[in-house]
Amino acid sequence: MWRDKTIVGLTIAAVVVVVVSFFLPSWLLNQALFGFARALAVLGLMVLWRTGLVSFGHALYFGGGAYAAALLSRYYEVTDFFVLLLAGMIATTFVGFVLGFIIRRYRDIFFAMLSLAFSMILYGVLVKTEVLGSTDGFAVSSPTFLFYAPEPGDEAKQALFVALVIAGWIAAVLVQMYLNSTLGRLTTAIRDNEIRVEYLGFSAEHAIHVKYVMSAALAGAGGAFMAMSLGQVDPDSMVNWTASGELVFVTILSGPGSVAAPFIGSLLFELLRTYAVEFLPHSWQIIVGATLLIVIFFLPGGVWSLLGRLRRAEG
Amino acid sequence: MAPILEVQNLQKTFGAVVAAKDINVDVEPGEIVGILGANGAGKTTFVNMVTGYLKPSAGTIKFQGRDITGLAPRKVTMTGIGRSFQVSQVFMTLSVFENLLTALAIAQSPGTSMLRPLRRPELIAECEATLARYGIADQRDQPASQLSQGARKLLDIAMAMVSKPKILLLDEPTSGISVEEKFPLMDRVMEALKAANVTVLFIEHDMEIIERYVSRVLAFYQGEVICDAPPAEALADAKVQEFVIGTEVHRETHGGTVDA
Amino acid sequence: MQTAITILLDGLVFSSYLFIVSVGLTVIFGVMKILNVTHGSFYAWGAYAAAFLIGVAFDAGWPDWLGFVAIFAAAIAVGLVLGLILERGILRFMYHRDEVLIVLATFGTFLVLEDVILLVFGVDPYFAYQPMMLLGASEIGGVSRDNYSLSLIALALVVALVCWLGLVKTRWGKILRAVIFDREMAESMGINVTMVYIVTFVIGAMLGALGGAYISPTVSVAPGFGIDVIVLSFAVVVIGGMGSIPGAIIGALAVGLSRALAVHEAPQLELFVIYAVMAVVLVFRPEGLFAPAKPRKI
Repeated sequence: MWRDKTIVGLTIAAVVVVVVSFFLPSWLLNQALFGFARALAVLGLMVLWRTGLVSFGHALYFGGGAYAAALLSRYYEVTDFFVLLLAGMIATTFVGFVLGFIIRRYRDIFFAMLSLAFSMILYGVLVKTEVLGSTDGFAVSSPTFLFYAPEPGDEAKQALFVALVIAGWIAAVLVQMYLNSTLGRLTTAIRDNEIRVEYLGFSAEHAIHVKYVMSAALAGAGGAFMAMSLGQVDPDSMVNWTASGELVFVTILSGPGSVAAPFIGSLLFELLRTYAVEFLPHSWQIIVGATLLIVIFFLPGGVWSLLGRLRRAEG
Repeated sequence: MAPILEVQNLQKTFGAVVAAKDINVDVEPGEIVGILGANGAGKTTFVNMVTGYLKPSAGTIKFQGRDITGLAPRKVTMTGIGRSFQVSQVFMTLSVFENLLTALAIAQSPGTSMLRPLRRPELIAECEATLARYGIADQRDQPASQLSQGARKLLDIAMAMVSKPKILLLDEPTSGISVEEKFPLMDRVMEALKAANVTVLFIEHDMEIIERYVSRVLAFYQGEVICDAPPAEALADAKVQEFVIGTEVHRETHGGTVDA
Repeated sequence: MQTAITILLDGLVFSSYLFIVSVGLTVIFGVMKILNVTHGSFYAWGAYAAAFLIGVAFDAGWPDWLGFVAIFAAAIAVGLVLGLILERGILRFMYHRDEVLIVLATFGTFLVLEDVILLVFGVDPYFAYQPMMLLGASEIGGVSRDNYSLSLIALALVVALVCWLGLVKTRWGKILRAVIFDREMAESMGINVTMVYIVTFVIGAMLGALGGAYISPTVSVAPGFGIDVIVLSFAVVVIGGMGSIPGAIIGALAVGLSRALAVHEAPQLELFVIYAVMAVVLVFRPEGLFAPAKPRKI
């Protein structure tokens, strides 16, 4: 594991980021929290994208994970971070496993549409159900960590961020190891030629099912973190098709080049959004939309490929 | 010796179209069989059914005595039947080396060994050897999308052989290849297949190739086998002459006498 | 009995509205193989433009019936301008690219156009109710409904008829069907596919804009107007079969009637039912209930 340059790089970056985070102003720490929470979901989407599949409905798992954590927090007064995170992940992994049996048979636009339909089912249920908060959503209490109960606010956010970096590191390393394995290398093979993969004796559907469940678990974890960071959940920002669209946007923005890319892309997206909303409150969607078009037209490898070019230019 | 492949009363209909009608064929181990027929005669449908891509409407297919009718392609591959494609099915964005390495890894990593890294020394060694055997070692770093037709066909066949099949069905292995390259390509392929002791069936339109390699000919017309005989006899058969050769590419392309 | 009539009427009205909005989307997909998220923008812009024009007409003291002219004028203008800008400016560079990537590009343009609405029309809602007031109300089987909503049914029938006549009876329709079946073959037969694409896209845009324009007198036109409609249109188009106009009718009826039923009998299931049907259709008949035919692969 330690011979892999990316994993070494990730480890160093993780340590640096944690140390630096103690000195950041709280607004920036918030950005980092939201960005890295989203990055977990984007990591999963990146694996699917490399397999040639784009999900238009991952808000099902991102929002689903957030709501699972939030419901526990509200109705069972659970504040423990580990329980909330596990709840988010278990719920989404289970749903992903079940739905995976269905969705693994579909490709291209059908995969996208079916995933959209599934997520809109959850949205429809949440929006019309009082007990689940309907359109307003509800609040999530500040997390505690086993015996450590930080002050709600900056202290809790700091603790949450450290936990998030650790979780992100674990996720990125595991995904990297997966991508290096034969099963992981199949992503490109399946995307390129599924018929040949089948004729080599391997079930492409089986591989896709595994990747789908992985992405559901990652998105669920990200959602749980988001709920705890934001302190609240609501369907329009987390479960609606626009939320799925945002996740896909960040995936394209980050590019498929590395497991580190989603973290950089997500952070960039948060900063972009904050600044855009502040300086051009009625035009931040223009910026997001235009950026998406620019990336699609001129930068298919995303931001990560841009960094690669800069590194090669100086090195 | 028991036949390695037994096809009995095989039928395939697509709505009103009969693509295969009552096909009965037994193939002995080690045979080299040529499949002839005009376009649309049912040759590829036959290959698709034997290799599991299509489910027959009726009839049975047995491999080494075992019923494999209707099995999915990946199960068919695992029993020991391989195929190449009319349009080569390779991994276009990967290099030739990566194509073959990925194929080897998939074919030889049952169950949990799928989690082991792709670039293992044993796989790499076998990959290099296979590249050399099929004569594509020079192009090893080229992306498959940039290969010449001939090289891509060779890669396609090499990848089919990775699963170590006992029978290999080749779908028009020399189509789209220039005249000068056809024989060298087929020579190399047949040599590798013979060394691996593989029973071969191949679909071909070129009569000279058929005559050169094949010990038996199956002629298709409108979904039926109209002739099953050694090449000399088959090519002289009246029905074959009328329904098959009339539409085939002839000797004249190889510099022989010009026929009418 | 009254409930049944209410459900039927509401269902038909909503289905008609969905059909008008979705038929453009399905035609664009059938001809160009593009699932156009920006269709929601055509809808929203149509609504805003119509509401704006009606307001202008009202303020200028013009007769109320001119509001109807404004609606159709708005739809045509929006469809023409936005359709041309989008197709010539962005889509034509993308036809060779992955279909999912094209959908994402149309999502990008949708986002841009959403905010441009704010810049052009402002953030306050428009409520141009005059045409609706003009038509009064009727009572059917003891249930009263405003005539404007009922006129939606008539409009949908007209649109369906025109589309059918256009596709089946005209030369242009034959050309369209050829391109739908196989673009390359149509091209090799001498059809100017580029022109077909442009015209199709503009007509589809006009239809989407008409949906928004015609509905604007009955609702408050505010920011975010297109967001919910897009996914509903996707559901309609998927259920009926992407690229099929009869499919759009069936899909619209399926969605409209089940929604009406849910609203009256089990309001919590209103949205759930629609997307559950969409998922079920995708699972059991992914091409939809009326899909056009498709060729072979290996």
